[in-house]
Amino acid sequence: MTAAHILGAAAHQEGLKTTVNPFFGAEKRLAPAESYVRIASEPIFERGEVLYPDIIMIFHPHVITMGKSYTMPFFEGLAPGGILLINNDGPIELSDEQLARLADLDARLHYLPATKLAQEVSGTELSTNIAMLGGLYAIRELTSMDSLVHAMTERFGGGKFIASATTAVLDDAVKEKFGKVSAMIEKNIELIEAAKMRVVEHPVHPKNASAS
Amino acid sequence: MRDTTRDSQRPISADQMLFDEPRIEHFITGSEAVAEAVKRAGVEMAIAYPITPQSESMHLVGELYDQGYVEDFYRAENEFAVMAAIHGAALGGGRVFTATSGPGTLRAMEMFPVWAGARQPIVCAFMCRGVSLPPSIQPENIEMSMLLDTGMIMLHAENAQDVTDMILASFAIAEMPEVHLPVGVFMDGFFVTHTREVVQLPPADLCLAPYCSEHAPVPALNMETPPMRVTRDPLLNKSNFVSGAANASWHQEVLAAAERARPHINHYLGGTIEVENPEAEVLIIASGTAVSQSREALRLLSAQGVNAGLVKVRSIRPFPTDEIIAATEHARLIVVPEFNAGGWLAREVKAALDHNSRVVAGPRVFGGMSMPPGLIVSAVNEGMQARGLA
Repeated sequence: MTAAHILGAAAHQEGLKTTVNPFFGAEKRLAPAESYVRIASEPIFERGEVLYPDIIMIFHPHVITMGKSYTMPFFEGLAPGGILLINNDGPIELSDEQLARLADLDARLHYLPATKLAQEVSGTELSTNIAMLGGLYAIRELTSMDSLVHAMTERFGGGKFIASATTAVLDDAVKEKFGKVSAMIEKNIELIEAAKMRVVEHPVHPKNASAS
Repeated sequence: MRDTTRDSQRPISADQMLFDEPRIEHFITGSEAVAEAVKRAGVEMAIAYPITPQSESMHLVGELYDQGYVEDFYRAENEFAVMAAIHGAALGGGRVFTATSGPGTLRAMEMFPVWAGARQPIVCAFMCRGVSLPPSIQPENIEMSMLLDTGMIMLHAENAQDVTDMILASFAIAEMPEVHLPVGVFMDGFFVTHTREVVQLPPADLCLAPYCSEHAPVPALNMETPPMRVTRDPLLNKSNFVSGAANASWHQEVLAAAERARPHINHYLGGTIEVENPEAEVLIIASGTAVSQSREALRLLSAQGVNAGLVKVRSIRPFPTDEIIAATEHARLIVVPEFNAGGWLAREVKAALDHNSRVVAGPRVFGGMSMPPGLIVSAVNEGMQARGLA
């Protein structure tokens, strides 16, 4: 959800039309949640789930391996030529039927060890979402990196602290917070760059398909 | 009284707030839009009990208390306690705000007609969600049908911009001496509350001018006008001619007060309905986020070469009967998509129209499902075929 809000804020910063909305059921650890980002140059009216996404990002392998998805299979509705980015250290075994459907869609399947990278670079799996954004931007830059960094700063800096930094006199507490936020943003940028290098595209041909 | 941040806000009229002040663009959620409206509304007291999807909004209102924008705030024991305490705070002459959702609305049910019957200008937001039919925290607005005859004014927001404008306008409408009724601002949970989008807000260093309870048709109960038995006993029992007549005329006056809200709703919100392409033979009538889905459906229908129009119903109570009759003059097919299983808006529309076999009551989705615009398009196509319009 944080990644979706950052992505939406980046698109807004870029001057694009965008809406972000989450969907969740029971609020507990490892319960599935979905978050939708719409980005367009035209006004967006539609609300709720994105039924035919161009890009699907899977933040936890349980979505696939344990069926913690709102749709079956997890990529139901993916648009032709759609992009999949899955957080896992190596490919997850998909059925021939699923691979055949992905091949029919001309889908592009990618893996990124986002949680592992987040632990390596940022020292916390909480930065998985940032690594996933890095992976997304390696595949498709939906906005400039500047806008993405601006959105992250707004999200983690509480926005108003940062916005007023150049104009208002900051008291010591805010200065301290600003220092921490800068360090966090720098770490996140480092993580994004690392993630960009680690995205691997995986073929979607079914194992038993005849060569064509 | 404690010093508040509100003291540093410049009090202005609702007209100035809604029409004259320059707006600043924000990229915020519907819940944040609720809080931004409350911040500018000069609210004296807010009381809440948390429930998804209302929790974020009232949490943020609690922060407004911490920041000094709201004079008093507490978490009550449950929703009935909230609505009863809000009743008390309004009886004392305060400007009050609260919010709830789904099962919370049902738990507090007894108090809503009490507010209207006591002619209180309470503003309450409803972040609509499923009730336990079966249990669901997801978006749907069946609770609105249960409030239709509670005497309150009911406005249905399509998006976060509506939320801000409707909450600010609600205080002005509710506090008009000739209206003086509670106003419910309804928004579809998650689809509005949890969606981040662009909202244009007036500056935060302004607030609505204070509410003057001296102008109320029912005097506030304070040390100048202490509680009297007259406020209750003669109305409660039909024990003699005077008490029976008082009860009946008072009840009629509550209903008449809602009618007198119409020009104020028109003034502050630009009409009880909004009409797009009223000349079309095919018309979609919707409220809340079903309007947004219908706007997308119009794009798809236009691409098919179907000329369709749209009526957005802003005010559910008072219901815009005359406006809908006028807007549907040319319509041969009327499709009413809704986010609830009961189809209450379709019932209202059918009851308003003479020739109501034109109305298709649906599509309807509930329990947290999204409404694909294609579903509305299918209903239009089928309705056109059935009526020989295709």
